[in-house]
Amino acid sequence: MSKPTLATVWLDGCSGCHMSILDMDERLVELSEQFDLVYSPLVDCKEFPEQVDITLIEGSVSSDEDDRKIRAVRARTRILVSLGDCAVTGNVPAMRNSIPVPELLDWVYKGNGLLQEQVPADRLPSLLPRVRPIHEVVNVDVFVPGCPPSADTIFTVISELLAGRVPDVAALSRFGV
Amino acid sequence: MNPVPAVKTLVIDGTDVSASSDQTILDAAQENGISIPTLCHLDGLTEVGACRMCLVELKGSTKLQPACVTLVEEGMEVTTQTPRLQKYRRMVLELLFAERNHVCSVCVANNMCGLQDQAKSHGVTHVRFPYRSPALPVDVSHERFALDHNRCILCTRCVRVCNEIEGAHTWDLLGRGVNSLLISDLHEPWGESDTCTSCGKCVQVCPTGALFDKSKVGGKERKNPDFLSYLNDMREGLR
Repeated sequence: MSKPTLATVWLDGCSGCHMSILDMDERLVELSEQFDLVYSPLVDCKEFPEQVDITLIEGSVSSDEDDRKIRAVRARTRILVSLGDCAVTGNVPAMRNSIPVPELLDWVYKGNGLLQEQVPADRLPSLLPRVRPIHEVVNVDVFVPGCPPSADTIFTVISELLAGRVPDVAALSRFGV
Repeated sequence: MNPVPAVKTLVIDGTDVSASSDQTILDAAQENGISIPTLCHLDGLTEVGACRMCLVELKGSTKLQPACVTLVEEGMEVTTQTPRLQKYRRMVLELLFAERNHVCSVCVANNMCGLQDQAKSHGVTHVRFPYRSPALPVDVSHERFALDHNRCILCTRCVRVCNEIEGAHTWDLLGRGVNSLLISDLHEPWGESDTCTSCGKCVQVCPTGALFDKSKVGGKERKNPDFLSYLNDMREGLR
C-alpha cells in the first residue's frame, strides 16, 4: 500500500509556519518516512496534484490568485488544515481590511519620497477588497491557531492525522504567542 | 443599621452550599471552589453583567442567568457547566473576536490576556462569524499610557475602577451596541483630560491590550489587578 500524500501551501503569510514545520528538526526525518510530500514551497513541484490526503495551508486569502489556488486545493484535498493565525483568523495581513485597496496601494507606493512612484499592476495578482481566513472561502477540516503554531503542535497534528485520528488542537495551541 | 443578611442554602453543580442573602451565585461558587468563567467581573469592583461569560442554568427556568448579578435564593439549583452553556460561552468569545481587530500575535498583551486565555480554555480554535474589521482609532496622546480601541471588549472594568476606586470618573462609554466606544472626559484625547490623575489603575485592570503602558512592547504588558482587594480592605478598615 502506498504512503499517504501530504502537501503544504503558502498563501498570504510570512512563512513562519513553514519555518515552524522545519523546526521539528530530527523528528521530521522520522515523520517524513510516513508520507510522501507531493507539493510544497519546500519541494520543486509546479502543479498541485489531482488527489492529496492532507494539505496544510499557511496564510490568508488576500489576492485573486490566493482565492483561485485555495478553491483548487480544496477540491483536490481530503483533509484540509488551516495552519497558523493568518489561515485561521486573517491575522496581520487582515490588518489592512479597514482601508480601501486603492487608498492602501497609494499609501505604500506613492508619496513616501520614492524615486519612482508607481502602483505595480502588470502581471501581479490583484488584492481582494478584504483579506479572509481560509474557512470563509472553503470548508476547512482542522484548525491550528498560533503565530506560529509550535513545532510540537505541528508534529502532534500531523502524527494524529496520519494515524487516522482527529487531533485535539485546543489543548495544544492558542491564538497569538 | 443594616439588617443582618439571612443564610441561604442552595445547590451548585450537585454540591450543597450556604451563602448569605446578599451574595451572588458567583460569590457563592468562588467561596466553594467552583470555577465559573468571567471577563468583566473583577474582585473589588461593582458587577455589571456586561460580558455574559458567567451565564448559568437554574432549575425550573429556561432563561440563562448571569452568575455575577444574580443573588442566591433558598433552594436554588444551579448548574455551571453544561453543553448548552459551553456553546453560548464559545459564541460570546467568538463574537468578541469578530467585533473588533484582535490580532493576538502583535498585541502588547499577547499571552497575558483574559480574552486569549478564555478562548484557549473554551476550545475556540477559530471564529465562525465573519470579522467586522472596523476602522478604529488608537489614542496615544497620554504621556505614559495608550488606548487601542481595536482591542477593547467594552467590559468597563476601567470605567468602574476610575469611578469607584480612584474617584476620577475619567472614562465612560459613548454610543450603544456595536457602536459603543470608550471615551475619556467629554470624548477628548486622553492626554488632554482634566480629570485623569495618571494613576494607571485602568491599565492594570484592563483584561486585554486595549489600555497599556507605552513603555511596554509586544507581549510584555503583564497586568496586576490584585491591588484592588488591598485598597478595598483599607477603605473598610480591615488592613
